[in-house]
Amino acid sequence: MTMPGAADHPLLVVDGLDVTFHPGSGPVRAVRDVSFTLGRGECLALVGESGSGKSVTARTLVGLIGARAAATARRLVFDGRDLSTLTEPQWQAVRGRRIGLVLQDALVSLDPLRTVGAEVAETLRTHRVVDRAEVRGRVLSLLTDVGIPDPRQRARQYPHQLSGGLRQRALIASAIAAGPALLLADEPTTALDVTVQAQVLDLLRRLKHSGMALLLISHDLAVVAGLADTIAVMHSGLIVEQGPTDRVLSSPRHPYTRALLAAAPAMHAKGARLSDAASGQPAAGPDGCPYALRCRLADQRCRDELPAPADAGPGHGALCWYPMAAPEETPHRLSVVETARPPAPRGGLLIEAESISKRFRSPDQTWHHAARDVSFQLRAGEALGLVGESGSGKTTVARIVLGLLEPDEGTVRLAGAPWNGTANGAGASAGAAGQSGGRIRERDRRAYRRRIQAIYQDPMGSFDPRYTVERIIGEAVAGPRRGRDRRVKIIELLDQVGLAANMLQRRPRELSGGQRQRVAIARALAPSPDVIVCDEPVSALDVSIQAQILDLLTALQRGLGVALLFISHDLGVIHHVSDRLLVMKDGRVVETGDVRQVFSQPVHTYTQELLAAIPRPGKAGEAEVGQHATVPP
Amino acid sequence: MRSPLATRRALFSRRGIIQGAAERLLAGTAVMLGAATLAFAALQLVPGDTVAVLLGPTTTASPEIRQQIRTEFGFDQPVPVRYARYVGNLLHGDLGSSYQLQQPVSKLINDQIWPTVQLTVAAVAVAVVIAVVSAVVTAGRRPALRATATAWELVALSTPPHWLGIMLLTVFSFQLRIFPVAGAQSLSSLVLPAVTLALSVAGVLGQVLREGLEAALEQPFVVTARSRGLSQSAVRLRHAFRHAATPLLTLAGWLTGTLLGGTVVIETVFSRPGIGSLTMQAVTSRDLPVVLGVVLLSAFAVVLIFTVVDLLHLVIDPRLRTTEAAL
Ligand SMILES: Nc1ncnc2c1ncn2[C@@H]1O[C@H](COP(=O)(O)OP(=O)(O)O)[C@@H](O)[C@H]1O
Ligand code: SF4
Ligand SMILES: [Mg+2]
Repeated sequence: MTMPGAADHPLLVVDGLDVTFHPGSGPVRAVRDVSFTLGRGECLALVGESGSGKSVTARTLVGLIGARAAATARRLVFDGRDLSTLTEPQWQAVRGRRIGLVLQDALVSLDPLRTVGAEVAETLRTHRVVDRAEVRGRVLSLLTDVGIPDPRQRARQYPHQLSGGLRQRALIASAIAAGPALLLADEPTTALDVTVQAQVLDLLRRLKHSGMALLLISHDLAVVAGLADTIAVMHSGLIVEQGPTDRVLSSPRHPYTRALLAAAPAMHAKGARLSDAASGQPAAGPDGCPYALRCRLADQRCRDELPAPADAGPGHGALCWYPMAAPEETPHRLSVVETARPPAPRGGLLIEAESISKRFRSPDQTWHHAARDVSFQLRAGEALGLVGESGSGKTTVARIVLGLLEPDEGTVRLAGAPWNGTANGAGASAGAAGQSGGRIRERDRRAYRRRIQAIYQDPMGSFDPRYTVERIIGEAVAGPRRGRDRRVKIIELLDQVGLAANMLQRRPRELSGGQRQRVAIARALAPSPDVIVCDEPVSALDVSIQAQILDLLTALQRGLGVALLFISHDLGVIHHVSDRLLVMKDGRVVETGDVRQVFSQPVHTYTQELLAAIPRPGKAGEAEVGQHATVPP
Repeated sequence: MRSPLATRRALFSRRGIIQGAAERLLAGTAVMLGAATLAFAALQLVPGDTVAVLLGPTTTASPEIRQQIRTEFGFDQPVPVRYARYVGNLLHGDLGSSYQLQQPVSKLINDQIWPTVQLTVAAVAVAVVIAVVSAVVTAGRRPALRATATAWELVALSTPPHWLGIMLLTVFSFQLRIFPVAGAQSLSSLVLPAVTLALSVAGVLGQVLREGLEAALEQPFVVTARSRGLSQSAVRLRHAFRHAATPLLTLAGWLTGTLLGGTVVIETVFSRPGIGSLTMQAVTSRDLPVVLGVVLLSAFAVVLIFTVVDLLHLVIDPRLRTTEAAL
């Protein structure tokens, strides 16, 4: 599939790109026969679930796939130069100067030990874009250009002092500092709140209008819809559908594209499985269609033979034996298995938070209340959702509940015994320490730590990047310390989270985002906890993987009876997972109640606003957020 | 579990480097006072008559002389008075007098400290250079290269310094006659002792530094840096190195101990003057004021090193300087 419509001499031609990794375990074909072209001032979007090969494709274009990977292509030409023959010094002249890369995970992609200004200046200095004396001025104007207010002050600050949105902009500023002709933006909006997301997209749009070519990577079709000229949908390293944006969105031909268009938690009935069911489907052979396992149209031919490209109109093609008809002909229904969710079994009180408050000193010396008088209870086996915009104090509450941060006031009790804060109540027998009146110390908590585990938005941050999956999970296993028993236990845990045993020797870097989060869940399950605190566990994942992880968490909650304290800024996600709900704003709980009730009859105006602002990511062509959508009953 | 980093963060919460330094200085003074008090208490608890210890086992002194010594050393005063006087003297740099050598301890230390300082500073410098080169060049590189470097570091860190010292002496001084056998007169006499002391330190530092570098090189910001066109070595030096230096700083406690113990051994093996030899002498002849003086000096060295390390931490890692809640 080549994309016509580009200029006569397209800026970038990728033809038949293959990338294979050779980690310790067998080879991984991350990218297979990928072809596309991109002209100046154009935008191509690579869309697909995590692990589909989007990032690897982008990193190949700057020669940064690492020593253990091999890339081959029939043609890999950028601006008339054959990229496949570049030597390392030649690459260095191209990187940053001609092709800029905005890495996935903006939150950790700036060096935390250097100021934001130094990071942006690095590109200018490396390529001697301006005189030494002018570097500072140029940095400030770049920061202004990407929409960072108060650039003088910000340039002197460190990444941890900036919000996610500002960090993402600073990262973009450093990528465009030398005025590259091509910008590769890998999931530039994934970790951001919806409003910030729109601003970053706006910035990218301006860059595109200024003539920069854009390779935009996202899991979210709605995000790319307003910006991309061409969309290429990736799955298992293959481009399974490619075509002009409006055509791909209005008449998607590949079953996977349709699933992507439909898979957004906000649009589904509560408790229904979000990921498409793979039940009873025989696996595809090594040469078969990689989507066969999840495709409801799959037959024997699909499983045996890789489909040939099917033409679907000008510049539009799909890699499928049975491309779906345009929706005018057959309105498609997504194969969601509509199972009603049985009410979660409720047990005894597991966590009681009583009027916890926490203040922080802000940079301007004023006090900032991260949590004020927050109280709630979590029962065994229950899923409690905690929703609010970023900065509303959700994470502070989570850290206090986890016993990682002491509240200024208030108490948290775990299974009836003092756990964090002031131990003013009468201590029961179980739980941490019985000294009354005083602060509860870590020493007292240690024995009970295993009962409460956590997973976070960015599992990378809590993994030692050099450890194998086996070691990461192994360290959390409570039972057998070493030997076969332990390995069996680890494989069991992997199995519980839907990972195969061949993952044991992988390292975090060699996993996709969804796989990493599964490993994090397996690690959290390892000590058989009573409760798992999930802090934005799916916010960095693309929708279809989000769906799988949510399904997994729900299944574990019901199957193992683990209670969940589930934190998210995404109401759709919260709605799907939780039984009860707390809405936080500025450190206070403004509304609480049964999820169905809060969603159907929100009392607090803030909750009403939140519900009204639910984006509808599946709605093609409407990239703007803030649509007034109806909320599932 | 609170990491040492988190504890430091709490210590320096929302304060700049200057406040951090002031606070550290205060804490250091408190530690020094504690050490001095312990030393004083130890002096009081010495079994037997201090005067007898003072006079040595062989002396037979008349009661008058004994009384005179008592008055002179202030042994006839009540304990609080002696304590106050002792602390007062300390503040003036007066550590008392050696029983055996009849000289002020401060003078003894002052005479002996420079060879030791030279030795330790030279050793640390050599160790850091070796470790940095070995780690920066080999971190994350070809397995064979890496394995070689790791192997020599393991050998270096597990070789006992006195054995190494004797070997080096035998080869370079007795046989090749490149370096002098003993003494501390010339710069060349510093080479062998410094290298001996440095090698085991370099082995440990190298290992820790390589681990740190390799962990840092796996971080996403390294890919970002390379995507700006930086070369491998520029990324190592400008980005990864600072990250790798932090775990190195946490070794300060171990390093201080090793150096303090190491100088005693090295100075003996190489017959160098210095605090180590002074300590050996004082211990064998039960010269308590000198021993206590050395103890105080060591405490001071520990406080000094920890203060410097904490400040370096603050300088290297801006995240320790503030506590804005990451919400
Ligand atoms: N360094 C690596 N070593 C081994 N496998 C890798 C490595 N990086 C990526 N992969 C694999 O390549 C595939 C594609 O990954 P990636 O491009 O990151 O996906 P995406 O960006 O679409 O989420 C995944 O199966 C992933 O596990
Ligand atoms: S080739 Fe077959 S299995 Fe693959 S997407 Fe098309 S219909 Fe589904
Ligand atoms: Mg990716």
